[in-house]
Amino acid sequence: MIRIEHLHKRFSKLAVLTDVSASFRAGQVIALIGPNGSGKTTLIKSILGMVKPSAGQIYFNDQPIGEQFEYRRQIGYMPQIGRYPDHMKISQVMAMMQNIRNQPAAAIDEDLYLAYDIAAIAHKPMHSLSGGTRQKISAILAFMFRPEVLILDEPTAGLDPLASEILRNKILVEKQRGRLILITSHILNDLDELATDILYLHEGQVKCYDTLPNILQQTGQAKLSKAIAALMQAQSHSPAKMQNGQCTTKTVSHV
Amino acid sequence: MFKLAKYVWYDILRSKVVIAYTAFLLTVSMSLFQLEADSGKALLSLLNIILLIVPLVSIIFATIHYYNSYEFIELMLSQPVSRTRILLSEYVGTAGSLTAAFLLGVGIPVLIYQPTATGMALLFTGSMLTIITCSLAFLVSVKAREKARGIGAALLCWFYFALLYDGLLLLLIFTFSDYPLEKVTLLLTSLNPIDLARIFLMLQLDISALMGYTGATYKVFFGSGWGLLYTAVILLAWAMIPLWMAIRRFRRKDL
Repeated sequence: MIRIEHLHKRFSKLAVLTDVSASFRAGQVIALIGPNGSGKTTLIKSILGMVKPSAGQIYFNDQPIGEQFEYRRQIGYMPQIGRYPDHMKISQVMAMMQNIRNQPAAAIDEDLYLAYDIAAIAHKPMHSLSGGTRQKISAILAFMFRPEVLILDEPTAGLDPLASEILRNKILVEKQRGRLILITSHILNDLDELATDILYLHEGQVKCYDTLPNILQQTGQAKLSKAIAALMQAQSHSPAKMQNGQCTTKTVSHV
Repeated sequence: MFKLAKYVWYDILRSKVVIAYTAFLLTVSMSLFQLEADSGKALLSLLNIILLIVPLVSIIFATIHYYNSYEFIELMLSQPVSRTRILLSEYVGTAGSLTAAFLLGVGIPVLIYQPTATGMALLFTGSMLTIITCSLAFLVSVKAREKARGIGAALLCWFYFALLYDGLLLLLIFTFSDYPLEKVTLLLTSLNPIDLARIFLMLQLDISALMGYTGATYKVFFGSGWGLLYTAVILLAWAMIPLWMAIRRFRRKDL
């Protein structure tokens, strides 16, 4: 569904992504993992066309995205920090998005809207909202148009445990429906039961892209968080031993 | 196209700056016409306001508006909307509301007191200057990442076109006063929309007789239908080219 070929991105002199290649299919839930500044958000923004690649190409359903925009109709995006026109009320933002997408009201997914009981606060202007409430709005907007692809950048950051649980369940429902879901998160426990695949980025390079069971097996760990810790450790101890796409953790087994 | 521009329009109307600007123009024009017994003289005073205040307000307002609508732009980028459409909608919303403010604030008094060809010429050049400075403002804002820097550059732009360029031109004419410079100065004024507008308007007024021999040569040119056409084409180019450059830059930008 999405194919990335030799993607490079540099911001002036700083190389943020170096030769990233990967392909994502419908039904996969890909956890994008990596330390701060490893290029996760840049990768996501490149897929959305917000960041323009320095080299390489991204294909959506085998079409190069270039300056296309229609393909974004099939993507729901939840940004890390959702920013909205300050003066608009929640209800106005929702109405505006529906107006711009031009989709019939019947096709709107209201699950999260109802679960978060937004109707009760719909009259509030965006600038008066707390960070967590903004996150809820971002989540609702991402799922609202039943997109084939969901891109969630740190979806649970700032959400209270209850809201976070609601969102996780929603992601699980969409996973059952065979959507392609890309998630970045630092809260690895969140990803444990969601992710089918792990893509590990380090300093803008794909260090590892494999299915979750494979990674657990290779690292000899039972939980994703432990496995990732092992990967990270291996990475910092001897980067050279990690081959592209191969999630070897030989160094770890010595420790 | 106008679906997005409509939201920009709402946003601008809500901020009330444009409404205050309309009221200011209305008050000034009305009082000038009231104070001067000769409405031709009032038009001359009005001309100076139009040549200085209108570009200043337009360029600063458009620049600030661009930076303030960054959230809106960001929100639209993840939607199936082309970048050209996003920027053009912003432009149409901004330039449209400023032109409307000008036409209301200056247009109504002119229609009441001076509904002549000269009055129309004044309205025409004022509107053109508004959309030209908006284009320049957009070009500056798209290029400068920071708000403070963008506003600074916009102010410099205004200084250059409204004050500095004239001085430079005068210096040039003085230095080369031994040569016949009429054609050259005509060409050089075309490189500054405010200058071109000034000369065009001056020659519509009767005071051009005071401008001596050079004034007479200008009068021959600008007094004719060709002069009008020439002014219109050059001013239009001044509106289109910076806007086109801004769109080109915006389409390639990382946002």
